[in-house]
Amino acid sequence: MNPVAKILALAIMISLAASPALAAGGHEPEKNDWSFNGVLGSFDKPALRRGYQVYMEVCSFCHGVEFIAFRNLTEIGLTEDEAKAAAEAVQIEDGPDDNGLMFMRPGRLSDRMPSPFPNEAAARASNGGALPPDLSLITKARPFGPDYLFALLTGFEDPPEGVEISPGMSYNPFFSGQQIAMFSPLYDDAVFYEDGTVATLEQMAEDITQFLMWTAEPKLEDRKRMGLGVMIFLVILTGMFIAVKRRVWADIH
Amino acid sequence: MADLHEPEHNKMQLKGALGWVEYRLPWVNLLKNSVGTNYPTPRNLNYWWNFGSLAGLALLIEIVTGVVLNMHYVPTAEGAFASVERIMRDVNFGWLIRYVHANGASVFFAVIYLHMFRSFYYGSYKNPRELVWWLGLIIFFLMIITAFTGYVLPWGQMSFWAATVITNLASAIPVVGTDIVQWLWGDFSVGGSLLGRFNSLHYALPVAIVGVAVIHMWALHEHRSNNPLGIEVKGPQDTLPFHPYFTAKDLVGVGVFLLVLAGLVFYAPNMLGEPDNYIPANPLKTPNHIVPEWYLLPFYAILRAVPDKLGGVIAMGGSIIILFVVPWLDTSKVRSAKFRPIYKQFFWLFVIDTLILGVVGANAPEGNWIIIGQLATFYYFFHFIVILPVVGWIESPKPLPDSISTSVLGNKKSAAEPAE
Repeated sequence: MNPVAKILALAIMISLAASPALAAGGHEPEKNDWSFNGVLGSFDKPALRRGYQVYMEVCSFCHGVEFIAFRNLTEIGLTEDEAKAAAEAVQIEDGPDDNGLMFMRPGRLSDRMPSPFPNEAAARASNGGALPPDLSLITKARPFGPDYLFALLTGFEDPPEGVEISPGMSYNPFFSGQQIAMFSPLYDDAVFYEDGTVATLEQMAEDITQFLMWTAEPKLEDRKRMGLGVMIFLVILTGMFIAVKRRVWADIH
Repeated sequence: MADLHEPEHNKMQLKGALGWVEYRLPWVNLLKNSVGTNYPTPRNLNYWWNFGSLAGLALLIEIVTGVVLNMHYVPTAEGAFASVERIMRDVNFGWLIRYVHANGASVFFAVIYLHMFRSFYYGSYKNPRELVWWLGLIIFFLMIITAFTGYVLPWGQMSFWAATVITNLASAIPVVGTDIVQWLWGDFSVGGSLLGRFNSLHYALPVAIVGVAVIHMWALHEHRSNNPLGIEVKGPQDTLPFHPYFTAKDLVGVGVFLLVLAGLVFYAPNMLGEPDNYIPANPLKTPNHIVPEWYLLPFYAILRAVPDKLGGVIAMGGSIIILFVVPWLDTSKVRSAKFRPIYKQFFWLFVIDTLILGVVGANAPEGNWIIIGQLATFYYFFHFIVILPVVGWIESPKPLPDSISTSVLGNKKSAAEPAE
C-alpha cells in the first residue's frame, strides 16, 4: 500500500472511532430514505402541502417560521389565491399611519408568517419557562437534521425504570438530555387530510419533516438540479484538460 | 528598443496597438517571463506542484464571492443572521454564492495544507527558498485570521461563542490582558461592536493576502521551483517552458479542484459546517461543544492540550511560529525525502500526528482525549525541535542523481519515478 493510501485509511479509521462522540446528548436517529436525499432528490409536493397543514394546525401555536413569507407558499403548491387567503387570515401590525399610530391590517403576500409570541419572554411565560425554537432552520440546526426531527416526533415514550422526569417535561430518548419541555405534539388523526391520506403519527411526522426541510433549504431542488449540470460539465471539462495535457506532453516523456 | 536587462532574443516583439502598449507597459513580456514560454521550470514537477496555482484560484473565488456577499450582508448584531438568510432565500443565486464562499474556504485550506506538506516532503523551504517559505507562512497566518473573522460574521451560535473563546485568549496576557480584550471587543462583552470590526478585517485582510502572495511569487521566481528530486537545475535540458507544459498540467488540477468544490457546494454544502451555526447567536446559552472549523482543529487541540490558559496560548502561537525556523531546524543538506530514508518515515508520522490533533480538536476535552491531545502536541514540537535536526545529522542519504534530465530521460528503469 502506498503511503497516501495508508494515511487515508488511518484517517478514516480515526474519524469512525471518533464519530459516536459527536452524537453525544441524544440517541442517534435512524437514517431515513427521504425524497430530498441523493443527487436527484426533490421534495414530495403533496407531503409539503400536508406538512404545511400540520404546521398550521399543530406546531404554529408555539413555534414560528420567521423566514417564510406568505408569497413563498406558492413554491409548495398553493395557488396565489390560496397564499393570499392564508395571508389575509392573519392580522399584521403596520404603521405608523399619518397620525403616527400603529394599526393592524390583514396580511399580504409579502409579509412574513407571524410568530405566535411577540417576544421571548412571552413565549417562555406560556410554555413553563421553556422557549419553543423558531422552526425555519431547525432541520439544518440539529445534527442529523431531518432524521433527528422525525425520530424526535415519533420517539416520545414512557421513561424507563429509574428515570425521574421533572414536572411539565416528557421523556424522549432522541432529545439532548432525554427530557423535553414539549409533550408529544402529534398523535393519530391529529389533523384531517383533504387528500385522503390517513393521518397516522408517522405520516404526519414525515410530512412536517418535508415541510421543515423546505423552510430550511427552499433552494434545495434548484441546487441539486444545477449541481447535476455543473458536475457533468466539469467532468467533460476535466477530461478535456487531461487530453490537452497528454497531447502537450506526448513528445516529452 | 535596446534593453539593458535582457538579451534581445528573449523579448517578444509586438506590432500595432499591442506593441504601443507593450513599449510603455511590457505586460505581455511580464506574463511570458513569469508563467509563459520564457519561464524555465524543472521538467520533473509532479502533481504535488499544482497546489500553488490552485491556492491562487481559491483566493480569487473567495474574493469574488465575498465581495458579492458583502453587498447584501448587514454587519450588526441585530441584522447579521437575518441578512445571511435573506442571501440564502431572496438574493438571486445568493445560496450558490454563499455556499461557494463557505466551502471555498474549506478547499482553500485543504489546498494550502497539501501545499505545505509538499514543502515538508520535498524540502522546498530549504536554502535558497527560506523567504518563499516565510512569505507563505505569513499568508497562512493571514488566512487563519481571515477565516476566523469570517466564521463570526453569520452571527450564529458557533460564530458568537468561537469569537468569545478566541478573543478571551488575550486575557491570558499578564497585567494588561483584560484591557486588551475590552479593546478588541470595543465593549465589555462580545457584541455588535466586535462584529463590525471583524467584518472590516475580514474584508481588508484578503487584500493583504493578495499583496503577500505577489511577493511570495516574486521570491519564488528568483530561484524558481524546487522539484521532486530536490537537486538544482543544471541547464536547459533539465527544464521545460512553463507554457504550455505546466499551464496544461495546472489546468488538470483546476478541473479536479472545481469538481471537489462543486461536489461540496451542490451535494453536501453544510457537511463541513456546524449545525449550531444555524441557531442565532445567544449570549445566554453556551453550546455543549464549541469547535472551530475543521481546518483549525489541530491548533485548537494544541491550545487545549496545556492545562494553563497562558500556556495554551503560547503553545498554539508557538506551533505556528516554529514553522518559521524549520529551514534551520532541518539540518540535512538533501532536500527531497525521496533520498532520505529515515526522514521519510518521520514525515508520515508527522502527517498522522496532525490528523490525530485534528480529531482531538473535534472532541470534547475529556477522558482519553486529554492525554492523546497532550501526547500529539508533544510530538508536534518534538518533530520540529528534535527529530528534524537529529535526523539531518545521523541520516546517510541515498546517492543523488547527476541531474534532473538524466534521472527523468536517461536510464528510465533505474530512475523511474515512484508513484506519487
